[in-house]
Amino acid sequence: MANDVYVVGTDMIKFGRFPERTVPELGAQAALMALDDCGLTIQDMQAVYSGNLYEASGGVGQRILREIGQTGVPVVNVANACATGATAFREGWMAIKAGVYDIVLCVGTEQMGAGLLGGGGGGKGIPTEGLLGSGTMPSVFAHVGLEHTRKYGTTFEQFAKVSVKNHHHSTLNPKAMYQKETPLEEVMGAEMISYPNTKLMCSVNVDGSAAAVLCSEKKAKELGLMGRAVRVRSSALTSDPYTSRNIAMMDFNAVTRLAAKTAYEMAGLGPDDVDLIELHDCFATAEIVHYENLGIAKEGEAGSLIDSGATALGGRIPVNVSGGLLSKGHPLGATGIANIYEVTTHLRGEAGNRQVEGAKIGLTHVVGAGSACAVHILEKA
Amino acid sequence: MSAAGAVKPEPTTKGVVPFLKIPKDGQPYLAGSKCTKCGEVVVGSRNTCGKCGAREGVEAVKLGTTGKLYNFTIVHRNFPGVPVPFISAIVDIDGGGTLKGNLLGVDPKPEAIKFDMPVNIVIKPVPQKDKEGNSYLSYFFEPQSS
Ligand SMILES: CC(C)(COP(=O)(O)OP(=O)(O)OC[C@H]1O[C@@H](n2cnc3c(N)ncnc32)[C@H](O)[C@@H]1OP(=O)(O)O)[C@@H](O)C(=O)NCCC(=O)NCCS
Ligand SMILES: [Zn+2]
Repeated sequence: MANDVYVVGTDMIKFGRFPERTVPELGAQAALMALDDCGLTIQDMQAVYSGNLYEASGGVGQRILREIGQTGVPVVNVANACATGATAFREGWMAIKAGVYDIVLCVGTEQMGAGLLGGGGGGKGIPTEGLLGSGTMPSVFAHVGLEHTRKYGTTFEQFAKVSVKNHHHSTLNPKAMYQKETPLEEVMGAEMISYPNTKLMCSVNVDGSAAAVLCSEKKAKELGLMGRAVRVRSSALTSDPYTSRNIAMMDFNAVTRLAAKTAYEMAGLGPDDVDLIELHDCFATAEIVHYENLGIAKEGEAGSLIDSGATALGGRIPVNVSGGLLSKGHPLGATGIANIYEVTTHLRGEAGNRQVEGAKIGLTHVVGAGSACAVHILEKA
Repeated sequence: MSAAGAVKPEPTTKGVVPFLKIPKDGQPYLAGSKCTKCGEVVVGSRNTCGKCGAREGVEAVKLGTTGKLYNFTIVHRNFPGVPVPFISAIVDIDGGGTLKGNLLGVDPKPEAIKFDMPVNIVIKPVPQKDKEGNSYLSYFFEPQSS
């Protein structure tokens, strides 16, 4: 359709630990890589959408432009939990959809320390972590997993298999933080953080950045960029609808289901039409529940889906062939655009060893505590 | 500032969270809100209903003192100074509302913890004090039949 929006350029840096570099430097690197991917320059961009969480009030987008060219275009800085990068992408998509711009740059960046995130309390009174249960992210997502166990009997081993699969995938992705196999015994035998999540079932904190150039159809044709263009079939963003336990136990299900439903409807597609998925496996437990939330498993059948191998590369619906957050790494504000990069690369047929053969439709999903969920459906143009 | 204005308040006993109320006369309790329009009960005080959006008729209520274990995790790694392992539990309060807290008196092993086990919600003092020397009451879950 004439008002469709396309990804014409995208890339990500290899995720890792770069303490000697700055956030704007990391963002600038991915931005230039994405521009190079479509042979354009910063002078061609009409606006910039920058996602970053830890320096949310620090004008990261403007500081990125100081590294790559201060053209005076509007810069929007976005922070939206783990959906930060995807929200920046969506803001760019909306601006083009609305006809305000023809071509924009979206970039997500994060620099992180190691160790636990989250945790209750702080501020007033006495710390409540360990007194009123646990609010660390591994604990929050352990609750998510054990709710599935409660309902359907999902086992520790089934959760652990997610980690085995995604670490295996990452051996095929040179941009992942890790490229190492983690056999089931190793995953299950690793240090228990919050049962059932062992250390190898927790995403790894990394530094990273990813960027995408979004373009209107008219402009993409004008620039001769339709050949490798990927169409954004839908973009959905949700906040958590009311559910009764949400305050005590964060609910990532309802917010994801709402986003998935919205995205499928907008695209006029269903889960069966999707050839690959990059979903928010911030913990192994999360991937299991999102199989059902995104509609690729029936209620209660996520455990048997991982057992069947259907979500591994070569299976019916490969999930997280990039290695996922578990092994590629999870630089919070960059993750949402890194997912877009991964799916786009497959739809272009450029994913090398890990290519999902014949992929035509791909879905990306991120969900952050608070809560914010974004789902995008992409299609080879 | 005058000397009179600099008088420090005497340390007192406070609730670890704003919804743990300590009345001058009477037992400490957990406070909640009930929407008279849709019937939803939530932990803590609210002016409007998060479920149906009602702006009137949200009433302050005392939450129940018993409940059922909806969910749990066993925490083995935490921040320095937090003793592990412990059980982080999600409890549905009888009469409405859901809480997260520590489950005491149960072996921190998955096989020892049963979904839906009935628990008492007990309020007791904790050893921690804040910078001003105030003491705190917190709430805990304990299995009912032991
Ligand atoms: C699990 C966690 C507590 C471990 O943190 P840590 O103290 O930094 O880790 P440790 O020092 O104990 O161990 C690190 C080693 O374990 C291994 N390791 C840890 N996570 C791994 C993973 N996901 N995959 C493979 N190896 C991993 C590596 O060998 C690593 O060594 P390296 O840092 O030199 O590569 C931390 O990674 C974590 O909290 N992750 C979740 C992050 C999060 O909450 N994100 C937001 C989600 S919404
Ligand atoms: Zn109501």
